[in-house]
Amino acid sequence: MTQKRTPLVNLKNISISFGGIKAVDGVSVDLYPGEVVGLLGHNGAGKSTLIKCLSGAYQADAGEIFINGKKVIINNPRDARDQNIETIYQTLALADNLDAASNLFLGRELIGPGGFLDESKMEAETRKIMARLNPNFQKFSEPVSALSGGQRQSVAIARAVYFDAKILIMDEPTAALGPQESEMVSELIQQLKKQGLGIFLIEHDIHNVMKLCDRASVMKNGLLVGTERVGDVTEDDILSMIILGKNPKVKV
Amino acid sequence: MNHDPKPENLASNQMGFLARFLNDTEIDTRLLGMLGALALIWGGFHFYGVIFNNFGAFLTPRNLWNLSVQTSSIGIMATGMVLVIVTRNIDLSVGSMIGVIAMAMGLLQVEILPQIVGIGHWSIWIMAVIVGLIFGALIGALHGWLIAYREIPAFIVTLGGLMVWRGMAFLSAGGRTISPVDGTFALLGGGPYGAIGAWGSWAVGLTACLGVAYTIYAGRKSRIKHNFRLRPKWAEAMLAIIGWSAIIGAVLLVNSYPWPKGIVKQYGAKIGQDLEGTFISHGFAIPVLILVTVGILMTILVTRTRFGRYVFAIGGNPEAAALAGIDTKWVTMKVFALMGMLTAIAAVIASARLNSATNALGTLDELYVIAAAVIGGTSLSGGVGKIYGAILGALVMQSLQSGMVLIGFDSAIQRIVVGVVLVLAVYLDILYNKRVK
Repeated sequence: MTQKRTPLVNLKNISISFGGIKAVDGVSVDLYPGEVVGLLGHNGAGKSTLIKCLSGAYQADAGEIFINGKKVIINNPRDARDQNIETIYQTLALADNLDAASNLFLGRELIGPGGFLDESKMEAETRKIMARLNPNFQKFSEPVSALSGGQRQSVAIARAVYFDAKILIMDEPTAALGPQESEMVSELIQQLKKQGLGIFLIEHDIHNVMKLCDRASVMKNGLLVGTERVGDVTEDDILSMIILGKNPKVKV
Repeated sequence: MNHDPKPENLASNQMGFLARFLNDTEIDTRLLGMLGALALIWGGFHFYGVIFNNFGAFLTPRNLWNLSVQTSSIGIMATGMVLVIVTRNIDLSVGSMIGVIAMAMGLLQVEILPQIVGIGHWSIWIMAVIVGLIFGALIGALHGWLIAYREIPAFIVTLGGLMVWRGMAFLSAGGRTISPVDGTFALLGGGPYGAIGAWGSWAVGLTACLGVAYTIYAGRKSRIKHNFRLRPKWAEAMLAIIGWSAIIGAVLLVNSYPWPKGIVKQYGAKIGQDLEGTFISHGFAIPVLILVTVGILMTILVTRTRFGRYVFAIGGNPEAAALAGIDTKWVTMKVFALMGMLTAIAAVIASARLNSATNALGTLDELYVIAAAVIGGTSLSGGVGKIYGAILGALVMQSLQSGMVLIGFDSAIQRIVVGVVLVLAVYLDILYNKRVK
């Protein structure tokens, strides 16, 4: 490791169990500004659970979280947002009955005079950011249940990007998308990376990992198998880490 | 016509006249459907009377005035039930809560307060109402706490509440009926004295007309400011005219229902004048004004505040709401506390109208309230519901009820009809939603 800077995020020895099963067992990963770290592993390996400790959806039983070298306590999603951590969940976590603007500002509504919601301002801001992310997006006044998978995804992404995230967590952002929309997400990741964001990317597609990530951390059965620079390993190395749970580089 | 190449306008050119009209005025089709159903019910009962009884009693100022008063208490509770159902909960206890809250207020103003401040003291009704509101909010908050923080299903908590509060209503006065209530308190239930008269009604009506004009003006201004699609000018004008006509029509209606002769005489004697034969208008009944005020405030709460937004977000996707940092448990508890407070307002009206508190007051109201909300378009799967829909739903339920009384159906048939209508209304709603999708 040549990087001597303070990591943007440092998850140290995180453990969490559900009903006696250790979903995550003493896992440590870190993330630097302008870096994309892929989190890989089978379903149930503990990737999503680990990341939910950072996004505030779960509370770790043990372990510490450092942001910019400072220890922080994240008890709920609000705490995570206060640390400029934004998450795009695999389920997208959209309220289907509300429109795009309501979802984008959910929990952080703009308030106008008299303490009332400033609907027009929120819609105007939504139009602005959507024009940047997905220029074809037109359905501003319809509930998001009426949108296509790609459009819903762009609402979820807009929500993460709008609020000046420093740390972005993306849980399989391209799983439900067609090739063209996947390409748009890839471009967006590159662009955000250039702006200096740190991104945790949970991804199953090994090609995407090789293309988008700087490093890859592989998990199996709640344990960390290893973290490698993507440039130093082959696709097969990573696959064997996922499947066998062994780090071929350590063996050598 | 202004040929704007925006896709929305292109689309509207290809639509039929009715579709274009609805699109331009942005009137909810569901609203039209409910108004249609209401017209059908009103007309049906009236002409049934004309044909079979030689007298149409439904579309008379007297009946419609009474209908408005009868709708008030169910309508007020239905606005709260919308929020309860939108958050995927239910409240079966509101009928029993009416009983126990009315009983508490009755005992307070008839047996407790007169001993402290003296019989007929001006403050009695205010204290009774305030205590009632707090009591209602506390009961609701207790339900909400059990549901949100102890995670007991709302159905069970409020089913328990249905029995507990009815029992409490009986125990609190040993089954006695408490009457008569305080004189000023009784005005809140309507009746000739509990209405605001001709001039008062005109004042309310004109204020409402100004309110309609301002709402349309402010809406247009805000759309211009943010460059959103505007309604065509004719559509704005049309909405204003429809609103004004409805308001002025309502004023003319309530003003054309005179006080009964006996009341005129009694009032004349009180003020020392011979008013024999004078036409004194009822005007809007106080409970109706309370309903309208509650409706407006609840609409603002639902559409313009964070709380309202969170209620709907929880109903649409509880998990997403929690991940967005919303304290879903606290919001749920507040929804039930609000339901309790609205039930207390309904209890004030119901007991004031009856001029007494009985332990059976409000029996079966929970079913009418839920039916009103559901007929008004509130989805039992959560996330969808409108305040005005629930109030119209209450009006539909009450119209059926009083229409059947007028033409002399007995109560067994009334129940059958109301039951069938409820199921039918929800079925139509399901069909409608399938077609929309």
